[in-house]
Amino acid sequence: MKKSTFIGAMMATSVLAGAAAAQDVTLTIESWRNDDLAIWQNEIIPAFEAAHPGIKLNFTPSAPAEYNAVLNSKLDAGSAGDIITCRPFDASLALFEAGHLADISDLDGMANFSPVAKSGWSTDDASVQFCVPMASVIHGFIYNKDAFAELGLEVPTTEEEFFAVLDAIKEDGSYIPMAMGTNDQWEAATMGYNNIGPNYWKGEEGRLALLAGEQSLTDEGWVAPYRQLARWGEYLGGGFEAQTYPDSQNIFTLGRAAIYPAGSWEISGFNNLVDFEMGAFYPPVQNAGDTCYISDHTDIGIGMNAATENAEEAAIFLNWVGSSEFATIFANALPGFFPLSDAPVTLEDPLAQEFISWRGACESTIRSTYQVLSRGTPNLENDTWNASVAVIKGEESPEDAAARLQAGLESWYEPQQN
Amino acid sequence: MAEKPRFRWHIVVFLAPAVLVYTAVMIYPLFNTLRLSLFTEVDQSRVYVGLQNFRTLFGDAVWSTQFWNALGNNFWFFIIHMLVQNPIGIALAAILSHPKLRFAAFYRSAIFIPTILSFVIVGFAWKLILSPIWGIAPGMLDAVGLKSLYAPWLGKEEYALTTLSLVSVWQFVGIPMMLIYAALLSIPDEILEAAEVEGITGLSAFWKIKLPLILPSIGIISILTFVANFNAFDLIYAAQGALAGPDFSTDILGTFMYRTFFGFQLQLGDPHMGSTIASAMFAIILVGVCLYLFGIQSRMRRYQF
Repeated sequence: MKKSTFIGAMMATSVLAGAAAAQDVTLTIESWRNDDLAIWQNEIIPAFEAAHPGIKLNFTPSAPAEYNAVLNSKLDAGSAGDIITCRPFDASLALFEAGHLADISDLDGMANFSPVAKSGWSTDDASVQFCVPMASVIHGFIYNKDAFAELGLEVPTTEEEFFAVLDAIKEDGSYIPMAMGTNDQWEAATMGYNNIGPNYWKGEEGRLALLAGEQSLTDEGWVAPYRQLARWGEYLGGGFEAQTYPDSQNIFTLGRAAIYPAGSWEISGFNNLVDFEMGAFYPPVQNAGDTCYISDHTDIGIGMNAATENAEEAAIFLNWVGSSEFATIFANALPGFFPLSDAPVTLEDPLAQEFISWRGACESTIRSTYQVLSRGTPNLENDTWNASVAVIKGEESPEDAAARLQAGLESWYEPQQN
Repeated sequence: MAEKPRFRWHIVVFLAPAVLVYTAVMIYPLFNTLRLSLFTEVDQSRVYVGLQNFRTLFGDAVWSTQFWNALGNNFWFFIIHMLVQNPIGIALAAILSHPKLRFAAFYRSAIFIPTILSFVIVGFAWKLILSPIWGIAPGMLDAVGLKSLYAPWLGKEEYALTTLSLVSVWQFVGIPMMLIYAALLSIPDEILEAAEVEGITGLSAFWKIKLPLILPSIGIISILTFVANFNAFDLIYAAQGALAGPDFSTDILGTFMYRTFFGFQLQLGDPHMGSTIASAMFAIILVGVCLYLFGIQSRMRRYQF
């Protein structure tokens, strides 16, 4: 008798609890940023839930390498969350075209974003927007301030000064001039070619001309960065051919290298590891006084599952993501991921401040291979990894590498075929 | 009227679990992959295109150079295993089966242990051992005065594939060793004693008596090596990533198929071309196994004891 009363009481409470929960709408967020789980749970979600009673958020990230595959199968099976974190460009465009992402062009929060910020998540003609831009990463070089002070070096601003600094560090011998390896390949393209390149192809101007077929990869603006990379090999330290990305991070944070070709996403990780002072400088320009261009790459967006039952609440959340409140929380919780909205944001981390200050001094662009150009076979992004590595190792001349990339691009991209 | 023989239901019942599981996880996916290779995707819908995908794979220079490169690398991977792994495995088994060897059980386990390790651990551990920065390989070579022989092997096009093949040999040398060891133990002592009476001992007993008797096992090991090598993927992926660097010098059919099927970085996955490559791999392995079964296995002499 007693037992059945107990069970009855348990059932009653669970029914009640169920009823209470049903009044709140829970939005499930799909993401590949499992590194950010703590930040979402401790900062972002409480801030949103406090301001929006009745909507609960559930952040359910998966591993970055598996995210695309996991998300695709969940969407096909109809079990994906209400909110989808969007990879930039074609991966998300394919989801939109397959009807998985909702059209959110009319969202109020969209007004806070510039066309470059929105380019990562709009259709090719920019008429439809399917994700809210959330964060970008900026490329440049992080350096060991203590090492520079010890060797009496100044931060380089031009190409010539850059190589003079590298030569000085190499001659001194107590530091590896630059920490980068070619084993994992992508650093050579992302932290190499696309980091220094915008100064040569003049940022958006060159990138859009390449998209339109008015410039080709064999033009001087696109070959010149390879000529620079060809000179990097001798400064990278012994055995760089088998040096992996984590190796490079460790070499720099252990204070064994003076300069690290970087993306701003390294900031929070490096802050916890280094015991020296870090500084940053933007990619050196060709001649003193030239306009500088930086890669301010759209990296994370956030959109709505077209099949969601809670479209109204999801729209409220997406609007909030476009607000300056979200931008401030996000940027300070994750220094190195910079909000894309025009809303004013105050950053506390000095290194992150340094990176974001370049937005004022330089022209912003995104990585050259990401929009449209890596849609065909051969894949331009993968080929750029390969070519950048080959050039740094001295196995291919800059001109040959550029000619090979151009031939690959021409084989399928119509605007380049004339 | 004679009674009809009763249908033997228990056969069906006992076979069912294995047949069902095997069909669900092996046969159905295999045939579905073969079927998928005959389709392509146009405007979000699947269209039947016959053998067009195979024409692209072998006819389009972009695809065919990658395919032949991967196939060539696969053959090199296989040749290293045949030339290094299997002879060493046989030699180890011969030594282990020597009755006077002490601690044989210990050696046997020690050599077999890498086989049960995960590819990820093996790939990662060897990457660290060979690393020019933290690795112990440069230091060890230095200690014996051979520092000049050291190179960042995994990062050099000319050495990377051979290095990884040897890592794989290190991992799997236990398998041929165990199989040959078992075969050697099954050779009756009478035969060896009879040979001894005739004056055949030591090495010549191995070459003249034991080796012919274990030839069928060596055949089985060869075909297992062939199938395993042409299905290989894990070690290369764990050590070099899906782009199988440097410059695709370690790209084998498995990594090529993975990259195509699931996509990589900005390259979107293409299940249809991926299936086409998988089908080609299936065909290559099938042909290899058939050649062996009908060409070699059926002609091999067997000895009954």
